[in-house]
Amino acid sequence: MDFINFYLIPGLVLGSIYALGAIGVSLVFGILRFANFAHGELMLIGAYTAYSLMQFTGLHPLIVLPIAMLFTSLVALGIDHTFYKPFRASKSTIVIVASFGIALMARSAVQIIWGVDTFSYSSGQIQMPMILFETLRLSPKHVWIVFSSIVLMIVVHVILTHTRTGKAMRAMSDSAELAQLTGIKTESVVKATWVLGASLATAAGVFLGWDSHLHSMMGFYMLLPMFAAAILGGIGQPYGAMVGGLVVGLAEELSAYPWLGDSPLLSPAYKAGVAFALMIIMLIWRPSGLFRGRVF
Amino acid sequence: MDSAQAYGYMLYFVSLMTMGGIYAIMCLGLNIQWGFTGLFNAGIAGFFAIGAYVSAILTTAESASHLGGYDLPIALGLVGAMVVTAVIAWLVGLLCIRLRSDYLAIATIGIGEIFRLILKNEIWATNGARGIAKIPLPFETLSEPWNKIGFMLLVLAVVAVFYFVIERARLAPWGRLMTGIRENEQSARAAGKNVERFRIEAFVCGSVLMGLAGGLMAHYIKFIGPGATEPLTTTFLVWVMLIAGGSGNNRGAVLGAFLLWGIWSFSEVLTGRLPAELAVKAAYFRIFLIGLLLQVVLQRYAGGILPERRPTTNKVA
Repeated sequence: MDFINFYLIPGLVLGSIYALGAIGVSLVFGILRFANFAHGELMLIGAYTAYSLMQFTGLHPLIVLPIAMLFTSLVALGIDHTFYKPFRASKSTIVIVASFGIALMARSAVQIIWGVDTFSYSSGQIQMPMILFETLRLSPKHVWIVFSSIVLMIVVHVILTHTRTGKAMRAMSDSAELAQLTGIKTESVVKATWVLGASLATAAGVFLGWDSHLHSMMGFYMLLPMFAAAILGGIGQPYGAMVGGLVVGLAEELSAYPWLGDSPLLSPAYKAGVAFALMIIMLIWRPSGLFRGRVF
Repeated sequence: MDSAQAYGYMLYFVSLMTMGGIYAIMCLGLNIQWGFTGLFNAGIAGFFAIGAYVSAILTTAESASHLGGYDLPIALGLVGAMVVTAVIAWLVGLLCIRLRSDYLAIATIGIGEIFRLILKNEIWATNGARGIAKIPLPFETLSEPWNKIGFMLLVLAVVAVFYFVIERARLAPWGRLMTGIRENEQSARAAGKNVERFRIEAFVCGSVLMGLAGGLMAHYIKFIGPGATEPLTTTFLVWVMLIAGGSGNNRGAVLGAFLLWGIWSFSEVLTGRLPAELAVKAAYFRIFLIGLLLQVVLQRYAGGILPERRPTTNKVA
């Protein structure tokens, strides 16, 4: 039972968070054709905005989430317009340098506004986990995080398959040139991509902050697992990113389980290495990912 | 201006030139990787840290709190730093060098992170978060300020030597081939060049310089720990230095390093005079402004202060 309580459930929670972030990374990579190093910072901005909204209104994180999503989307659109748009026609490597700079600028902006102390959404009181079948311990916030992530992924699915914008996004992700020939307005698809990516990043950031706490480096630490998840699933494949996120989250948590003998298979200190190893193996063995994404 | 004040300014100038020189070495390294060959290395601080730790472990007196020390001469410590960084960079290269630029960028971020985790967690070798202290400074027997001036001259001499070597390499077929790989990998391949091998060569050469810079820094500040340098700030500063100075141009790389370090250090002096509460925030404001500077350079002056100049060929097509 320890396996489920302390490894499997945390793995699922972390996996849902990675999945939400990875969808944005994957779509931006597929549609705008560059690895956005600042995606973790969108999570950071979203999570801190939600924190301030909660302080201001005293409401639950899930209730302030839509407003935080809206704000982060506007920030993402502003960043895209000011810093990424001038490089649309140039080689993608220049944009990566720019996004690297944006990541540091966004983080220092957060550090200037909110400082570097850690924050917590819950104001002190500890919620007792529900005990099911006498041994299964479920924390209500974990249930909420996984449930909300599933709802958000269904929303993404509906957007991608049932709306014009969503279909255009998938078309552009498959082939920008062909999409343009069919009369798809690329700039409006780009805007929709940022709104979707930033909203999901906000949700991921809020859930991560809810699960543990907020600190100014949280966005950076999420970057590697999110990219690992996106590459695992195949770049430009949102469904792949969902699966990839779950795989990376589970792999990170389960790597610390004492599979052989009594000590953890891999010291929890090296969890971050698991995502990296998965990513490198995938890039060498099958760069298109599990879901046949693009290879650049 | 009395003599004490003048002495203080002189020491400040010496420290500026020393740190600028150490960054110039890293900047030349990144220029080989990114400026010549187009390899995106976002893990500069990782290679820097390896060099710093290796040199520290080799040259400190024997200690119970970390691996070694082996009490070797400083020169051997720096050579060791370069050798170990070269081996590690070669292994990383074998693993990652075939990846496209975007993927290589992500992979190097990961590698930098893993180095950091290892240095922080393998306490038997690195003393963990408490770091390694009492690292010897060259010319320690000289009195102040001559020991500092001596070290500055050493660093500047290293910069000069590597500048000439790398500039020579840039004009040689080796450098032209690197540019060829950056501009059009397919044609380099079609010309029968082993692109992977040359990319690994460029990656190793650049990383060795980063390791050397790390070693020099460890001796300069006499201490190295996971918190001694903020990894992302170091990596980012080197990037801004190269882009602002002129990517692909060795003189630009050196100029960018000294200029940016001057701005960075001078702004620290300015913000240091603020009240404590504001000074902490001002540190982040400085990073924000450096980031903004990078964006302005990228958008308006893409070539940097000294843009790349390709060697002319004898033949005119």
